[in-house]
Amino acid sequence: MSVSAHEAAKPRKGFHLDLKTAGPLLALILLIILGYSLNPAFLNEGNVTNILTRSAFIGIIAVGATFVITAGGIDLSVGSMAAFIAGMMIIIMNGAVDAFGASIWTVVLGIGCSLILGIGAGFINGFLTTKGKIEAFIVTLGTMGIYRSLVTYFADGGTLSLNNGAREIYRPVYYESFLRIPYPVWTFIIVAIIGWILMNRTAFGRYCMAIGSNEHVARYSAIKVDRIRTVTYILQGLCVSLATIIYVPRLGSASSATGVLWELEAIAAVIIGGTMLKGGYGRIGGTVIGALILTAIGNILNLTDIISNYLNGAVQGVIIVAAVYLQRGSFRTGRRAKKPE
Amino acid sequence: MSINDDSTTAPVILAAHRISKSFGDVPVLFSIDFDIRPGEVHAIIGENGAGKSTLIKVLSGLEQPSSGSISYDGQNVVLPPNGEAEAMGIVVIHQELLLAEHLTVSDSIFLGRELTRNGFLRVREMRERSRAILDTLHVNVDPDARINTLSVADKQMVEIAKAISRDARVLIMDEPTAVLSVGETQTLFEQIRRLTARGVAVIFISHKLGEIMELAQRVTVLRDGQLIATVGTEALTPDSIAQMMVGRELSNLYPPKHEPDVEAPVVLSVRNLVAPGVKDISFDLRRGEILGFAGLIGSGRTAVAEAIVGLNTRRSGEVWVDDRLANFSTVSQSVAAGLAYMTKDRKGRGLLLNAGLEPNLTLLTLKKHLKHGFLDGKSEAQALQRAVRRFDIRARDASVRVGQLSGGNQQKLMLGKTMESDPEIIIMDEPTRGIDVGTKQQIYHIIAALAAEGKSIIVISSEMQEVIGVSHRVVVMREGRLAGELEGAEITETEIMRYAAGIRQGGDDERISA
Repeated sequence: MSVSAHEAAKPRKGFHLDLKTAGPLLALILLIILGYSLNPAFLNEGNVTNILTRSAFIGIIAVGATFVITAGGIDLSVGSMAAFIAGMMIIIMNGAVDAFGASIWTVVLGIGCSLILGIGAGFINGFLTTKGKIEAFIVTLGTMGIYRSLVTYFADGGTLSLNNGAREIYRPVYYESFLRIPYPVWTFIIVAIIGWILMNRTAFGRYCMAIGSNEHVARYSAIKVDRIRTVTYILQGLCVSLATIIYVPRLGSASSATGVLWELEAIAAVIIGGTMLKGGYGRIGGTVIGALILTAIGNILNLTDIISNYLNGAVQGVIIVAAVYLQRGSFRTGRRAKKPE
Repeated sequence: MSINDDSTTAPVILAAHRISKSFGDVPVLFSIDFDIRPGEVHAIIGENGAGKSTLIKVLSGLEQPSSGSISYDGQNVVLPPNGEAEAMGIVVIHQELLLAEHLTVSDSIFLGRELTRNGFLRVREMRERSRAILDTLHVNVDPDARINTLSVADKQMVEIAKAISRDARVLIMDEPTAVLSVGETQTLFEQIRRLTARGVAVIFISHKLGEIMELAQRVTVLRDGQLIATVGTEALTPDSIAQMMVGRELSNLYPPKHEPDVEAPVVLSVRNLVAPGVKDISFDLRRGEILGFAGLIGSGRTAVAEAIVGLNTRRSGEVWVDDRLANFSTVSQSVAAGLAYMTKDRKGRGLLLNAGLEPNLTLLTLKKHLKHGFLDGKSEAQALQRAVRRFDIRARDASVRVGQLSGGNQQKLMLGKTMESDPEIIIMDEPTRGIDVGTKQQIYHIIAALAAEGKSIIVISSEMQEVIGVSHRVVVMREGRLAGELEGAEITETEIMRYAAGIRQGGDDERISA
């Protein structure tokens, strides 16, 4: 029965990866086939670019959420945080335009502030959950309310609009492309690659999985649990900030309606992708596919009139539940693992 | 070579006939015959992975046999799954004690079959009935106490009370004594004898051969899923059982002891350590020495170890490693100083049960497997290969979840994980809890070999034989203090027990325990 490690290690990589990515990937492929058969325009270059760009916001946030969830946490504040950061960016950039006139530096300043705010907001969530020892659900439910009402307050119940001069300069960040791929998609790709490497090829990713799997074991294994947890929230804040940076030039405004329910869409993308909500097992690749699936559903409903677009949320809901159910069934050793040990 | 014991004439209550069981294409049980009569204690023993747990699951309906049949009261039956066999009188007390921690004792006893009137709970009646059951067991536990405030031994008593309230006719106990002290074990045995006197049949699983000799009338030995024998205990000796279990002579369970070098330098010195559960402890550990920590469960041995490595808050006192002050506040500091602690709770604190072998092995020392800041899978695989060879870890393959390994292999993997940090001082907390004799022997030899290499080892153990068998010197703890220290020929069960139970006082501690 004793198997030497090198003999055992070989079949593992390819085989495991296949089995576990297969589910979400298969669902995405089916969805694409479905979309194309319902309306061939689904695969037009313009529409594909549209889906990719739209999925970038949720996708980037979801990459961050993958770390938080893998380490056994949850962040409900991301949607409000995005709205808050967007609002603050606009206020700061408008102020800078008033003082110095609109230039490329206005946008650089806005981006810089966004990054600082995102990291800071993530740190606050992390600090309160680890050092404050308050459950992540409660902490982020609280900060979610705080950010949402702050943006409403700053916008005085209305909309914050970016100065037109600054908007013209900032506009290309959302609308322009490099090698025919829009910048938001590039951002998404880069964030996903860095996220994948962090999760699968660094000690940090391994520690996230260990903490989410069993915090005690992590502590007994000399892992600085609080620090790693806090870093996951900071990464989440950073991802929110990046998503906001590419979101603001899209509409050039922020209001209390900005980013509503993004937290749930991000969590949904993570879960559809095969990451376990209770932590311990995270998959960045799956998260990316999850984000694409969610956007594709909305897009298909838009392109066809079989199901009303108003039922978008219902279809997404069914897909989420079905995805998790199927994953549980297809887990190779799932049935036996459930038995009492 | 099955020897049937025909001395009892009571009709068989539960029997398995030619039971086989496979998981997927892996056969686990091969044509097992087993029976038990009312009022009998029938022990099942075997090494980890011998098929004991599977056999219990088949006997209690949690798993259906692949072939063969079960009869209950002489009738062929198919036992309902998911613990529904409880309603038929077959009750299992699992090793992990499946109690909801936040419920009260009385809630737990009536869980799933609460007494109600018009849909409302009859709390007072349940409390009174619980008290009555607990009284018949002579257990002094308040029915309103929350489970999480009870000791492990009391929790076990609650499980037994629960079984009685369900009118158990067959009680299956999976290693009930693994976490009990000697005194608690005796109390448990009294309960079991009371139950059998009332005609309850008890299937008893244990690794402790002495207990089996004391309690059981018959023993069924399994090895690699095969029935080796069912024998009356009067025809057995612990040695002959052990031999049947492992299929080879088990001479030298404990390796020969080297004379400790009294001149060797002190590598760990603890002075007046005070921490939660620890009241003013001082001791020294020399290079190459194996120091046993004996005492009853809850006497504070784990608390001392955890305070030394920075897992438990140190309130006052000093720890010196190699003449350097080493008041660690985190595990990473202690590991960096060459001091490693191996927890007794391998499932809850030691290993990630859902992860594979490699991530578990390298978790403590992951920094060693970085190449340019990135994880080096090859280096991890090599580490596993080394550990598999050095500690004889047996697994189907490296990707199997650690939770699916046998207890012995989990323990060896955890030992490998601890040794990955290349410590000079190792504190092993219950290094052989709940594992089979063969693996125990391997671990004792590893401990001796490490000491011979010049490593210094503290072995915390509640099994007195083990402390006596491996240690050069033994300290006995009682209620958070050092009750005494024994060396050489003084190390005997009686002496340890006298200190542990407070009959003999090492210091000036005159307090009387409640």
